[in-house]
Amino acid sequence: MRKPSRRRSLWIGVATFAVVVAAWYALTTLTNTISPGRFPAPSEVWDALKQIAVTGYADARLAGHVLHSVKLVLLGFAAAALVGVPLGLAMGASRRVEAFVNPAFLLIRPIPPLAWIPLAIVWLGLGDAAKVLIIWFAAFVPAVINSYSGVRAIEPHLVEAARMLGVPRLAYVREVLVPGAMPMIFTGLRLSLQACWTTLVAGELIGAIAGLGHVLYQASLDIFPAMIVVGMASVAVTAAVMTVVLGYVERRAMPWRV
Amino acid sequence: MARLTQTRGALSFRAWLALSAAGFIAFFAIWWVVAASGLVSPQFLPTPLAVVEQFAGLTQSPFVGYTLQQHLASSFGRFALGFGLAVAIGIPLGLLMGWYRGLDDVITPLFDALRFVAPIAWVPFAALWFGTGIGGPVLVIFTGAFPPCVVNAYRGARFVEPRYVEAARTLGAGPFRMITEVLLPASVPSIVAGLRISAGLGWQSLVGAELIVASSGIGYLLVKGQANISTSIVMSGMIAIGLVGFAIDALLRMIERRIQRRRGR
Repeated sequence: MRKPSRRRSLWIGVATFAVVVAAWYALTTLTNTISPGRFPAPSEVWDALKQIAVTGYADARLAGHVLHSVKLVLLGFAAAALVGVPLGLAMGASRRVEAFVNPAFLLIRPIPPLAWIPLAIVWLGLGDAAKVLIIWFAAFVPAVINSYSGVRAIEPHLVEAARMLGVPRLAYVREVLVPGAMPMIFTGLRLSLQACWTTLVAGELIGAIAGLGHVLYQASLDIFPAMIVVGMASVAVTAAVMTVVLGYVERRAMPWRV
Repeated sequence: MARLTQTRGALSFRAWLALSAAGFIAFFAIWWVVAASGLVSPQFLPTPLAVVEQFAGLTQSPFVGYTLQQHLASSFGRFALGFGLAVAIGIPLGLLMGWYRGLDDVITPLFDALRFVAPIAWVPFAALWFGTGIGGPVLVIFTGAFPPCVVNAYRGARFVEPRYVEAARTLGAGPFRMITEVLLPASVPSIVAGLRISAGLGWQSLVGAELIVASSGIGYLLVKGQANISTSIVMSGMIAIGLVGFAIDALLRMIERRIQRRRGR
């Protein structure tokens, strides 16, 4: 029963995309219902893609912009995980640490990551350092919260057993705390990767020298709708690829959960 | 067992209060010391007191044309419009997708493809199509707030107790009554949970949109504060954004709790 219906869904999906592309072609190139100044025709998008991929746009080729953006996201993301995960683990493991850190945390938590952008620009200018700081903020809060809840979700039996057997502190952290909290940590990281990416695109739209957000900014300055579509599609594809890769890492890091 | 897990690192209320107060004081003390020590110029890191003064000042005298309240009011108007549109379109769409398999098959692939486009990436088209007044930001808020509305209404409708559907069908309910009188009430908890996510994402998207395209609003205040290299104005704006975001979430959480209580959970 399951298989044919899945296949049916797939075919309907493919057909839907075909209809959308056909309608797009009909509305733009064939009938001109939508003027090229509002939304580009398929051929224009193809030309824009060729232009940015081969000769470059906004001072770099597509691959250069994508690599630049991805590099910044990974840097900020790694820095946030490096600080946030241990802090969350410590808050989860010790009520004292939790009580001490929580007030400061509650104060900064309601401020959305995007709102840190102007502050980061004032402090660090338009370069890469400001972007990394913004991404750090976007990933830090979810990393802490999920590591914390991960520790709290560990089976009490495990903790008690480890304690009863007199497991030394370091081994306890390595064998019980970290593996126990791992599933939640990864869920948190995957969710925050999306937030990081959104935040970076916003940061680059507001002020940058390179990156996909900068491509979008330049294209909207030039009133170049086809390039806006290319930029948006690149943002979406890059986000999808990063999510898939993190899912792969997640499975590799937690083989016992497959 | 319960006692054991409780005693694991449990704190007395007094110890908890003392540590929390210490954490709270430490946060501001570190900030104050760094700001007042002269290591960083006050233009880049004002003292907490200077930020509070600036915040109070912004509510009295206008900055870039409006006072803080007026900026917040114009932001909130955009937010309400974008969020309202997302709810008004997203929830019926999600319910319909939960009921009609064919619609689900057609919409889901499109939806999944579009979902990976960050809401903020819509800013150039938003500005191109609707300008920078109210229409542009509203489109960006809509794209941020829309997906959770659809997904949660859909999930609620999809996982409704089959007995209710069968009962309603036996009693001769048509599609319209099925959706409005069976699926919608059964999905309310899921929908309300979605509304909280949706409002949070919508408020964030609003801030992002106003940072880039707007001529009033709280995001615009931030950008102008940044342009004037006035950290205290930027921080005042951030505080206002945090407070409003917190208030929106608290309101929705209250509604969520009330509904759960009424349903006896």
